Amino acid sequence: MRQEQNNIFANIDWLLVLIFTILVGFGWVNIYSASKTVDATALLSFSTKYGKQLIFIGLTIPLIVGILFFNGKYYEKYSSIFYIISLISLLLLFPFGKEINGAKSWFNFGVLGLQPSEFVKAFTALAVAKLLSDRQYNFKLIKNQIKAFIIIFTPAFLIILQPDAGSAVIYLAFFFVLQREGLTQNYIIIGIVVIVLFIFTILFGTSLVLGTLLLFISLFTFYLFYKEGKRFLRFNWHKILGLYTVATLFILGTGFAYNNIFKQHQRDRFEVLLGLKTDNQGVGYNSYQSELTISSGKITGKGFLKGDLTQGDFVPEQHTDYIFSVIGEEWGFLGSSIVILLFMCLMYRIIYLAETHTNKFGRIYGYGVASLLFFHVVVNVGMVIGLLPTVGIPLPFFSYGGSSLWGFTILLFIFIRLDAHKNYDW
Amino acid sequence: MQKSSLLYSLITLVGVIFIGRLFQLQIIRGESYDPIHNAAVKVMYDYPERGYVYDRNGKLLVANQLSYDVMVQPNQVKPLDTLEFCSLLKITKEEFLKKFKKANNYAPWLPSVFQKQLAKEDFAFLQEKLHKYHGFFIQKRTIREYPINAAANVLGYISEVNEALAKKSDYYQPGELIGKNGIESQYEQFLRGRKGKKLYKRNNLNKITGSYKNGKADTLAINGKDLTLTLDIELQKYAQQLMKGKRGGIVAIEPSSGEILALVTAPSYNPNMLVGRKRSINSTILFNDKISKPAYDRGLLAAYAPGSPFKMMNALIGLQEGVINANTSFYCYNGFKYGKRKNAFMGCHCGIFGRPISLKTGIAKSCNSYFSNTYKRIIEKENKPTQGLNNWAKHVKSFGLGNYLGYDLPAGSPGLIPTGDYYDKRLNYRWNGSSTISNAIGQGEVLTTPIQLANFTAAIANRGYFYTPHILKEIEKKPIQDSTYTVAKTTTINKEHFEPVIEAMHEVFKTGTGRFSQVKGIEICGKTGTSENFAIVNGKREQLADHSILVAFAPKDNPKIALAIFVENGGYGSTIAAPITSLLIEKYLKGEITSEVSKYRETKMINLSLQSEYDKLIAKPTEEIASRTK
Repeated sequence: MRQEQNNIFANIDWLLVLIFTILVGFGWVNIYSASKTVDATALLSFSTKYGKQLIFIGLTIPLIVGILFFNGKYYEKYSSIFYIISLISLLLLFPFGKEINGAKSWFNFGVLGLQPSEFVKAFTALAVAKLLSDRQYNFKLIKNQIKAFIIIFTPAFLIILQPDAGSAVIYLAFFFVLQREGLTQNYIIIGIVVIVLFIFTILFGTSLVLGTLLLFISLFTFYLFYKEGKRFLRFNWHKILGLYTVATLFILGTGFAYNNIFKQHQRDRFEVLLGLKTDNQGVGYNSYQSELTISSGKITGKGFLKGDLTQGDFVPEQHTDYIFSVIGEEWGFLGSSIVILLFMCLMYRIIYLAETHTNKFGRIYGYGVASLLFFHVVVNVGMVIGLLPTVGIPLPFFSYGGSSLWGFTILLFIFIRLDAHKNYDW
Repeated sequence: MQKSSLLYSLITLVGVIFIGRLFQLQIIRGESYDPIHNAAVKVMYDYPERGYVYDRNGKLLVANQLSYDVMVQPNQVKPLDTLEFCSLLKITKEEFLKKFKKANNYAPWLPSVFQKQLAKEDFAFLQEKLHKYHGFFIQKRTIREYPINAAANVLGYISEVNEALAKKSDYYQPGELIGKNGIESQYEQFLRGRKGKKLYKRNNLNKITGSYKNGKADTLAINGKDLTLTLDIELQKYAQQLMKGKRGGIVAIEPSSGEILALVTAPSYNPNMLVGRKRSINSTILFNDKISKPAYDRGLLAAYAPGSPFKMMNALIGLQEGVINANTSFYCYNGFKYGKRKNAFMGCHCGIFGRPISLKTGIAKSCNSYFSNTYKRIIEKENKPTQGLNNWAKHVKSFGLGNYLGYDLPAGSPGLIPTGDYYDKRLNYRWNGSSTISNAIGQGEVLTTPIQLANFTAAIANRGYFYTPHILKEIEKKPIQDSTYTVAKTTTINKEHFEPVIEAMHEVFKTGTGRFSQVKGIEICGKTGTSENFAIVNGKREQLADHSILVAFAPKDNPKIALAIFVENGGYGSTIAAPITSLLIEKYLKGEITSEVSKYRETKMINLSLQSEYDKLIAKPTEEIASRTK
């Protein structure tokens, strides 16, 4: 049993810190470009977006020092408490939250607003790690699977109630963690099948998809019957019947839900994305402008502060969710590809480090961090470059906003702290 | 490592997809990216002045004038004293509300025209008062002005570019003006100049935030070029005057250059009708008149059967092919029997019964039999009629007939010159020289436009060559260089064969059908014609009054003018077409009409109206008027 060194910075993975610094720094440069106004010049000021963001960035330093100061084992020890506090903060939103754009997602403290859902991700990741790292935990038991689902989906459910479906979607990222820890792959396969069938149903209509699906099931059944003979039918008839029923119910249910439960603006987003509808001025305006803005950057971009579409404020929410379009326009293909590559390096590095942990808690948490980052990047960048429907979630480290920046900082630096600690006994 | 491979590979996959997508957006699509389509760039145009148009003698035909429109941007309008405002604009309150509502419905945030083209005196007064009314302002525009009321068909007009073209074009924006018809359309590129472009940066609120790339992409406006036409506007005006009350076309060409001296269609209209406030009402009147068709350029478009003037063509071909010579004579027995059946007989009005008729007399007296014989010989010269007629058509087409002539005006008609193959296809090989005998006298399938016929006459006047007729003489005082118009085209007829024909045409105005329209001191050569035409009335073919036709050139030696004239339903060529022709020739060569005889003729022609004749056409329940078919 070795003694932990006094210097908390000694075992830190500096590569992660470096990538973090680059992303945050470059993020600020783009926020500056997107929110710069002609008259205001002060950098450190609450009157401009970029000034505020610079203050938020400055405040991450004490936050990071604080995170690193704690001994790694406390994060495991107190993860349940963090998690419960998280849930309480989400619950408190209902009486005390400030309603913005129809959702109660924010606490308002004068100049500063805090969005608890941005922090809860990190603490949920801790809680999941805590649960799965338990020596008694066996994933084969349905009971345990349900426990994991409850931990993951309780905050997601509370967030949906705000309602902020976008922020809730990212909790699906935890499926990667569960899969890594031995949850059967069927969940992910089923998930993919569900998504594909959902898209097909929107594209081609219920009757065609249902007909095709039932035809496939019949062919498949017939094939197996041909191969295995009567025995097959005798032992599997209930499964076949179940398959027919589930398929029918699912497709009809999807059609019904899409047409009756989805809101018009949600349907519009899907339809624009799937090319069923073109509306470059209305519903599709954001995506269209965003794609146009990125395209106009060409290979090398127009240069810092020289993106005319950015400077003309043509992309709505550009400093937050659409920040990637600034990179696209002003830094071109090279700049935006490098950002993608940086994110990939960050995630690779986290997974790589997580796999070197002998301690299960650290590994699972690290995996959770990588999955959450991955999900955010996919959904956000996918939306900005027009590959995925509009879902309002931030791009980690880039998007404007204290809560999201701090949330991701906490998420990442707890891992860095755990990682620095991994060679010591617990 | 094994267990983490799913996330590893997903990260890689997504990274590849995203970078691929960026490649597609920024490199493949980015190449075609043009700042003009950029919403952040506002383009402001600086419109140059459109070029002026002059006639061959330097008379101004088309100029520009300023016009002032009252514009309104509805969302900027503040409550105003409607009563005073209406009295300023001289409109009623109802009109005010109607116009305002229209502008507001179109787009509250965009300026629309509230009142078009103020009178100049109103403008000065209004300008002082208008500042009180927020959201209203005056916009200056340049519109066309025509100092001389003539040649509307040649000049064309300008109007707003249509939406389809504006979308397709990379020059025109919706609402801009473009030349329509005539030289305004043909020489749009020269006349319009090039508009200047200033690019500004703007933000999402449409606010200009500075110049784009410091004005590097800006361009200066280039003024339109002034054009000089070959038209003699005095002759044109005079011809239009003579054609008053008649329908038809006149085309006059200078044979030595192919320059179009006059291009008349009747009825026509005042070019100023398509300018200014009454423009839209007038254009409805002009373009919807399907009976007298004032907007239809008969000189270029109307394909009539050429009638007797076409006999010269058969004479020339006969001479060239050697089937006749200057001394060949034929007999005429009040007509020509071209087949065995009793009704296979073409009547003739030459009045020389049973005596030999020479080529000269044949043309002078317009003998149908003479040219039927000639035509038959031409066709029967070859083994098969197909070859014979193809050979014949080759000669005819060398005069520019049977196809678009290639002149520099946008309207045109190819006419029709049948070939052997044409009949083979149509009549399934069962035809010969006799069954197509109408071609001998310019009836039948043959169709020509007045300008083609004028060009044909010019080629005779030149003894075997012609310059493609053209309307543009100079650009910015520099003569045109286009070899289409400056290099002569030769016909397939040798020079020597023209003399006997010209002699005969001279005889026409001395002793023949045109003898009553002689002008003292001018040697006119010409040929009258009368073209039969029919209308389908209630499904039955009915013969209408003949078209009066004439082609002529003068003087006989070193000709200065060649022309063709068609007067619809004008009867014999000698009664209307001949006097008009001689008046035009006199006017052009002498500059004025002096002799008493001519003055009498002039008054008679100006006052002659065929309206009663045309009214007959309408009186009959005409379903379709076909000016050809036989």
